[in-house]
Amino acid sequence: MIEGALWRRWVFYNIPLILFVFVLLFPFYWMIVTTFRPDGELYLPWNAPNYMPFWTNNPTLEHVLYLFEETSFSRWMFNTMLIALVSTVISLFCGVLAGYALARLNFPYAGGLGTAIFITYLVPQTLLFIPLAEIIRNFQLGDTPWSLILTYPTFLIPFCTWLMMGYFKAIPKELEECARIDGASRWKAMVYIIIPVAVPGILSSGIIAFTLSWNEFIYALVFLSSPDQKTVPVGVTSELIRGDVFFWGPLMAGALLGSIPVAIVYSFFVEHYVSGLTGSVKG
Amino acid sequence: MAVTAVSGSAARPIPRLRRLEDERWLAMALLAPTAILLGLFIAYPFFEGVLLSLSSARVGDPGHFVGLKNFHKIWDDSIFRTTVWNTFWYTGVTTVFKLALGLWLAILLNRHFRGKAIIRAFILLPFIIPTVLSTFAWKWMFDPTFSVINWTLFQLGFITQRINWLGDPDLAMTSIIVINIWRGVPFFAITLLAGLQTISPELHEAAAIDGARPWARFWHVTWPLLMPVTLVVVLFSVIQTFADFQLVYVMTGGGPANATHLFATYAYQLGIGTGLLSEGAAISLAMFPFLFIIVVVQLLYIRRVETR
Repeated sequence: MIEGALWRRWVFYNIPLILFVFVLLFPFYWMIVTTFRPDGELYLPWNAPNYMPFWTNNPTLEHVLYLFEETSFSRWMFNTMLIALVSTVISLFCGVLAGYALARLNFPYAGGLGTAIFITYLVPQTLLFIPLAEIIRNFQLGDTPWSLILTYPTFLIPFCTWLMMGYFKAIPKELEECARIDGASRWKAMVYIIIPVAVPGILSSGIIAFTLSWNEFIYALVFLSSPDQKTVPVGVTSELIRGDVFFWGPLMAGALLGSIPVAIVYSFFVEHYVSGLTGSVKG
Repeated sequence: MAVTAVSGSAARPIPRLRRLEDERWLAMALLAPTAILLGLFIAYPFFEGVLLSLSSARVGDPGHFVGLKNFHKIWDDSIFRTTVWNTFWYTGVTTVFKLALGLWLAILLNRHFRGKAIIRAFILLPFIIPTVLSTFAWKWMFDPTFSVINWTLFQLGFITQRINWLGDPDLAMTSIIVINIWRGVPFFAITLLAGLQTISPELHEAAAIDGARPWARFWHVTWPLLMPVTLVVVLFSVIQTFADFQLVYVMTGGGPANATHLFATYAYQLGIGTGLLSEGAAISLAMFPFLFIIVVVQLLYIRRVETR
């Protein structure tokens, strides 16, 4: 791929790549710097003399402490974690079974159901949030974690099913037939032979489902109301802005700490995440 | 073989576990949990949403059937018209940029160099980190009084006065577009990179031997082979962008003066903010025909490309 002199490699590859990385990561750097910058430095006008925006010599933990002492931030973290984990498990359970049925069993309307799953995969949350809020209220689920645990699977299941279908289709039919000849029932062949082979796919779907539920916002915003029930994105939005006043220090601290669980999970499973992401767009 | 044996004995009562030997019964059992959850929380709300949009419901008032009155009302609503225009503009501009920049980044990454795995992992961060949280970082960067972007432009001598990024309708829209592109480029880059990696280098070598310049090789070899992946990625991105909520909600809340609303934020403002449930439902349902057309057109096009 690389042709010609060193300077060409720099001009055509390295410098653009460095620029991309810089722009893509700068907001996170900004989050970190703001988190540890004292208020006195934070609220210097941008054109003040000796304003040093990219670094601070007086790092402080006051914003982080504010977050834990004055707000329910640890509650929000716990809520978000609980909701993300439970809805991911539910979605994986449903998605793996449905993906198996659609990819490996012959039954009437299999093709039509596959298409239906694909269509629901494309239904955005913002299309249904108002009637769904009514339904959640009628089911007496409003302002409880269940309102989200039960509704997040609506966008996670189609995704998991779609991804798992791809993984199941790639497993040769013979594997199952061998087990069946040895006397295993269909159910046992599925549980003990095929699903273990598909574990990488299950991991990929699970990690992406987890990050998607951590990211979800509009359902959490509409269905939850009391401060103690909120998830991190909603809590940060509603409790750290009072009227027109933005508490930028705690806001950035909350954004930073709220991102860490996702970042950790992601960093452990980058390869699975990437393979899931690229698998999800295979038609 | 075993299947025919089992289904042949269907006349006798079959124990429940034996019934799972029949592919049709097993398939039904496996699909049941999915069907229940999706039926309860997608199909039913959709149906309810249609009823709601045809009623006069408000918060605390179930209302009654009013036909298409809500749709007439939003049709005459100048804010709604701005909203429709904004949504198309936002979706169109961001998709073009995300595709172009994402493809460029994918090409930059599609070669061997030290630290490639780490760079690839870091590049995806904007896509992984919850949108609301990273958008707050952007909002802080665009803050009219404390903007680091203003500071940089000022130090470089491009501006002498502050730019009020989110106070001016056009600048606010531009800011939102920039952030959406920032968030979407990694997704395009990583998925297109996977597409690039399936293209055999031999094709490039053959074209090079035939005298094709790099640009011609890209245009006549890479681009057509990348088309199927590109189309699916664009389909996903267009739908997500069209139905976007978080970014605009955090950055401007639809302001200044309702100039940056998208379907979802306007539906939220009317439906939840002011409690006009029926009108809010009508606005978010108004997305449906557009999304439907986008999906059908794209799927038809994808099928054509794939069968070519």
